[in-house]
Amino acid sequence: MISHLEAQGLTKMYDGSLALEQVDVRASTRQVTSVVGVNGAGKTTLLRILAGLDTPSEGKIVMDARELGVEELRTHCTMIFQKSVMFSGTVYDNVAYGLRINQSSKQNIQDRVGMALAMVNLNGFEKRKARNLSSGEQQRVAIARALALERAVLLIDEPTANLDPANAIIVEQIIRKSAESRVVLLSTHNLPQARRLSHRIIHLHSGRVVEEQDTASFFANPRDERTRLFISGELQF
Amino acid sequence: MGLDYGEEDFVLDPISEGVIRAIQLILSGDPEVYGITALSLFVSISGTLLSSVWSVPLSAVLAFRNFPGRGVIKGLFNALIGIPTVALGLCLYLLLSRSGPFGILQLLYTPYAIIIGQCVLVTPIIVSFTTSALESVDPDLRTLARTLGASSRQTDAVVLREAQWGVVLAVLAAFNRAFAELGVAMMLGGNIRNFTRVLTTAIALQTAMGEIAVSIALSIILLAIVVSLSIVINIARKSPR
Repeated sequence: MISHLEAQGLTKMYDGSLALEQVDVRASTRQVTSVVGVNGAGKTTLLRILAGLDTPSEGKIVMDARELGVEELRTHCTMIFQKSVMFSGTVYDNVAYGLRINQSSKQNIQDRVGMALAMVNLNGFEKRKARNLSSGEQQRVAIARALALERAVLLIDEPTANLDPANAIIVEQIIRKSAESRVVLLSTHNLPQARRLSHRIIHLHSGRVVEEQDTASFFANPRDERTRLFISGELQF
Repeated sequence: MGLDYGEEDFVLDPISEGVIRAIQLILSGDPEVYGITALSLFVSISGTLLSSVWSVPLSAVLAFRNFPGRGVIKGLFNALIGIPTVALGLCLYLLLSRSGPFGILQLLYTPYAIIIGQCVLVTPIIVSFTTSALESVDPDLRTLARTLGASSRQTDAVVLREAQWGVVLAVLAAFNRAFAELGVAMMLGGNIRNFTRVLTTAIALQTAMGEIAVSIALSIILLAIVVSLSIVINIARKSPR
């Protein structure tokens, strides 16, 4: 099990404009680290780079003091998106997908799918059509699909943005439980949620890290004026 | 066509009379009618499947890979969907005729010439429709597959699976086009009785000879096959998987 994931000096340029600039992030296992910020701050870009979906223009990603390339990142990290996308087929097919392409044994797939579905409280949903589920249930399937892979790093992008409060609470409980055995990096603009779930909070603004503190200090004593304004809801962008 | 149908004792309008005779003809199990139908199915299925062998992979390349000229190629295939079958038939006739570059193969006026013609005819349909089906798959599914550890090839496979019914419908549309076309079959097959006569060429011949009933019977068979196939595909598509 890895203990730390670090992004060092990440810079990402899209069509000549900077999406991320010299971003340093550190997340540890058994902790939820939240990346907060307004829309367009670069949260999703950061997560996509950490997931190995995009390559940084500069900088590197280090896991327990070892630098990882894009391909290797994808074997250690998995990502859950704001919009839960389902493959056609059953819930079982969806959760088993990542295990099947990695050629796990049938028994192993069954065991891990069962375990992942139990973790998100969807036992008995195996044969249901994934696309016929409610958005809350689909998001839980998406989490189970990621958990079944037992990757060391779970990257979660705005997981409750499209959910009602009841489903949001369920998803938050699952995220908390997931962090017991892995690094969880959560991107959200929902500050109350970040406060409830996180051990550490990183404030990203215009592609730069402007604040990084443990959760209590982040809200009680923000060091950066933009963070103070963001917390109070007065940040203009 | 050697079909002989006696004079009727009663007078009906030509269409009603034709339909009644058509039903009699179909139910009688006439070997020539069924032979023509079987040959039509053989050449159209062969042409469509053969074309699918290169058209589907080509569509995957057009949908999944970015390269210079991709848009031009897609536009060309889209434009070729409406190619007049007679014009295509003429081009292929010139290639396959004795004095043409492929004349040595002696394929002209054989069922194989019709298969070749139908292959060429339906390629733009399969390529355009399949490319469109593949491109309409939610791009987030590709991203999702990658986060779950899929390689580039496995990601393509996900998109192909998601678009499978679009691909089936593209092939079905191609079959319908091949099955119902006349120009290629007439020019490359020559409408030779018991050898290259297919439903469409037989219908054209019988109509020209004034045998409306036979034409209607053959048309009913043609339509029944096209419609039945579409119904079967639709049922399969909607059935729980």
